[in-house]
Amino acid sequence: MKVNRQGKLRLQKWFTSMSDREKKKIIRDMTTMVLARQARSCNFLQWKDLKIIYKRYASLYFCLAVESQENELLALEIIHRYVELLDKYFGNVCELDIIFNFEKAYFILDEFLMGGEIQETSKQIVNRSIEASDMLQELGGYAAGCPSLSPPRSL
Amino acid sequence: MPAVSKGDGMRGLAVFISDIRNCKSKEAEVKRINKELANIRSKFKGDKALDGYSKKKYVCKLLFIFLLGHDIDFGHMEAVNLLSSNKYTEKQIGYLFISVLVNSNSDLIRLINNAIKNDLTSRNPTFMNLALHCIANVGSREMAEAFASEIPRILVAGDTMDSVKQSAALCLLRLNRTSPDLVPMGEWTARVVHLLNDQHLGVVTAATSLITTLAQKNPDDFKTSVSLAVARLSRIVTSASIDLQDYTYYFVAAPWLSVKLLRLLQSYPPPEDAALRSRLTECLETILNKAQEPPKSKKVQHSNAKNAVLFEAIALIIHHDSEPTLLVRACNQLGQFLQHRETNLRYLALESMCTLASSEFSHEAVKTHMETVINALKTERDVSVRQRAVDLLYAMCDRSNAKQIVAEMLSYLETADYSIREEIVLKVAILAEKYAVDYTWYVDTILNLIRIAGDYVSEEVWYRVIQIVINRDDVQGYAAKTVFEALQAPACHENLVKVGGYILGEFGNLIAGDSRSSPLVQFNLLHSKFHLCSVPTRALLLSAYIKFINLFPEVKATIQDVLRSDSQLRNADVELQQRAVEYLRLSCIASTDILATVLEEMPPFPERESSILAKLKKKKGPGKLPDMDDSRRSVNGSTEHSENTDTTNKGSTHSFTDVLNLNSTPSSGASLLIDVFSESSAPPAAIDVSEENFPRFVCKNNGVIYENQLLQIGLKSEYRQNLGRMYVFYGNKTSTQFLSFSSSSPPQLNVHPKAADPMIEGGAQMQQILNIECVSDFRDAPVLNIQFRYGGTLQNIAVKLPVMLNKFFQPTEMMSQDFFQRWKQLGAPQQEVQKIFKAKHPMDTEVTKAKILGFGVALLDGVDPNPANFVGAGVIHTKTTQVGCLLRLEPNMQAQMYRLTLRTSRDSVSQRLCELLSDQF
Repeated sequence: MKVNRQGKLRLQKWFTSMSDREKKKIIRDMTTMVLARQARSCNFLQWKDLKIIYKRYASLYFCLAVESQENELLALEIIHRYVELLDKYFGNVCELDIIFNFEKAYFILDEFLMGGEIQETSKQIVNRSIEASDMLQELGGYAAGCPSLSPPRSL
Repeated sequence: MPAVSKGDGMRGLAVFISDIRNCKSKEAEVKRINKELANIRSKFKGDKALDGYSKKKYVCKLLFIFLLGHDIDFGHMEAVNLLSSNKYTEKQIGYLFISVLVNSNSDLIRLINNAIKNDLTSRNPTFMNLALHCIANVGSREMAEAFASEIPRILVAGDTMDSVKQSAALCLLRLNRTSPDLVPMGEWTARVVHLLNDQHLGVVTAATSLITTLAQKNPDDFKTSVSLAVARLSRIVTSASIDLQDYTYYFVAAPWLSVKLLRLLQSYPPPEDAALRSRLTECLETILNKAQEPPKSKKVQHSNAKNAVLFEAIALIIHHDSEPTLLVRACNQLGQFLQHRETNLRYLALESMCTLASSEFSHEAVKTHMETVINALKTERDVSVRQRAVDLLYAMCDRSNAKQIVAEMLSYLETADYSIREEIVLKVAILAEKYAVDYTWYVDTILNLIRIAGDYVSEEVWYRVIQIVINRDDVQGYAAKTVFEALQAPACHENLVKVGGYILGEFGNLIAGDSRSSPLVQFNLLHSKFHLCSVPTRALLLSAYIKFINLFPEVKATIQDVLRSDSQLRNADVELQQRAVEYLRLSCIASTDILATVLEEMPPFPERESSILAKLKKKKGPGKLPDMDDSRRSVNGSTEHSENTDTTNKGSTHSFTDVLNLNSTPSSGASLLIDVFSESSAPPAAIDVSEENFPRFVCKNNGVIYENQLLQIGLKSEYRQNLGRMYVFYGNKTSTQFLSFSSSSPPQLNVHPKAADPMIEGGAQMQQILNIECVSDFRDAPVLNIQFRYGGTLQNIAVKLPVMLNKFFQPTEMMSQDFFQRWKQLGAPQQEVQKIFKAKHPMDTEVTKAKILGFGVALLDGVDPNPANFVGAGVIHTKTTQVGCLLRLEPNMQAQMYRLTLRTSRDSVSQRLCELLSDQF
């Protein structure tokens, strides 16, 4: 399960099936807990039987909720690797990129994680396959070139 | 922004998103969204067929609206249509919509499944990956049913692309998690294990995740993975950081794979093969050594990845719990982290030290860090780190440091965060009880708890202190004196008033000799708090007062005056009023003797698991507490009382305010009503058979099998070979006669009751003898039917008699060699029954031994290579035949599980014995 937010939810991904009501409740609980944390506290929280691992990048909080036996530090690096991938793809990613290209953010996440497990840890391979699918898109051929909407804010 | 211009853009979507972002208010946003929804709806419903691009665009807009937090109830069909497009972008958006929005039980699943099936067979790796992702994202049962057999094939097929293999492995993992029953094991399992040798590290990573999960469920099928995993791990650990190219993460070699391999190894015990074992030890040592090397990069990512591997290695060392040197090294490493400037590391070090503290090898080493941990409690700025420090102190506590730790926790409690106070209170209460050598210290500690954090002291805590004081003569005087002193404080917590009221009511006489705490002083002190208290506390105080009347005749008049006052006798609260009225009457009419009997000191409480511990377990979830089972014995010493008082005191732990309630009417109102309407009506045909105490007799022969308000039935039984004799004692608990008393049992099992007297006098006991013969092996226990007339009502009681198959055991001693020979002889699959189950009671070796002996078999020492396991043997005697039986019980302390294996020459016997015994732990 993965939720990004800044007070406002920007991206969510669930790896276990749950009803919408449960999801909303979890999102609410997690948001309040994570946003209430002071700067420089540790990045891990115990929440019911899950661990919440979060990290803030500029205006976005990236949160993961994992089972108790998962390795916290590495989960933190999963977040970092994802941010790196976004960064590489968008070229200095910012919140707006994720808002306007949310579907891309999902695809990148899908290349990287599957069913909640890490699928490919190599940055090169993930990037290659993302590029490959972009190539396919162009071959599919619709409205190439999208207008630049707003200058990206640097992270 | 060069990268974004890659691929396609959907202009309409971008415009829409900009519009939304430009909305000044929530209302404007909702308005814009509704407009868009209406537009999309009309487009979808319109006559004109939409082209793929428009469909994609609208589906994408819907997705965006959904992500803003609005509900979407249409568009699914269009998304499903997109799946069958042969344009990649359209397919991709279709899949995305379905993964995000379709939950597992949608009606569309069948259509979706069809599209997926096409893509899976397309041999186009990109499409196959999309399809596999969709299965993994939705993960519903229908999908599992449709694809669970297909995916393993893709996974192990020789010509599958690496990236598809990775997806297939993880997809299978997801299906295994949601519907394990649907994923068949088969010949592919062996080939999956060999993926650990794959050249592509990405495939190895994905396969390791899958194997770890599967191995936890079927350890035997994946045993071979251990050696492969160790080999792989060793290669990674010793590799130079550049060897693995892009799998090196900030100078750390394949951290994800390493962690996963270490996790996989945690599903198994240490390898038995010496060479393998030493290779693994080498790996672990290398990882520990690396922690001491200077960092190769200043980046936090480097240290995180490196330490992630280190923590996982430590977790494996703790799991194996067999190499003292490694354990101590791990502990020292964690000790360094305790003072690290990274908060994350301090947090994790505290957390893993908690588990280290429960290993006998490293417990002492952990204790050396006590000062640091205490310091953390005082100085950490982050509450979640402080919480871990409390947990660790709790885990490292033993007799030698209990006083200091409890004192530190108490002083921390004064300033602790509200969110963790209750838990600290529970922990202090448990530690104080468990490690009390001197019970005056225990009483002081609990009273301090109430003083410091009275609001967080739950009922369980103060119930427990009373149980302990009542059960221990040596502390009663001290307790009375201390609560008396504590109550002197002008403002004291209500919980203190409760404890004080109860203890002075019981043991006030022990300090009454001192004129400063004379009966009248005690009474006035308690009564000065009365008006400030809530109703339940007042009720308890009233009970204390009537106890005073019994203890100290000299204050009788004073108390009677109090009871007689309008504020009591006419209290608006029914409970208080009733107590006042009844106690007053009781004190006026009863003779001193009767008073003394009625208001006698409470009998000792039966032994049971500390209710506080149960509460803490509930709070923390099972398995998170170090084993604390010896707390039961350390408190009250013996368990002799339980036999007699167990049932009679059942209600008392639930509510102390009720123990003095003298108003229990023996017959319930409901039965009286029936009585009026039909004096001689036949008893209802089907009556519930009482069997709640039945399981307690599996491993013992004597005790109380049944008790209600009227009747108590006790049993004493003895067995020899296939014969048994059971003495049944019927105790009349009322003061009137039971008439036309009869008891009968069905003819199965040849139970021959000797006729019983038709009448039992009030308060008397009658004995009946049953002779039992076991003809052949059986399942169902005989039921004893009892009928009698009490006060005009016909009472019908059915009790399941604890005659079980294992009663006809004769223990058999044998040597290790014989045991294994017979074990092998009984190797047919139907002769063995195995059950793996969670421990319901604390896992205590002595208790387990006693239970196995009570079960009737001989306990064989030195047979099992693992001394923690139990092995037993015996022969069941029936009239027609004898059945030899071997059993083995393997406790797993860490998982709090047992595995019980039974082998007998008869499958029905194995089955039944397994059911009976597995229930006992």
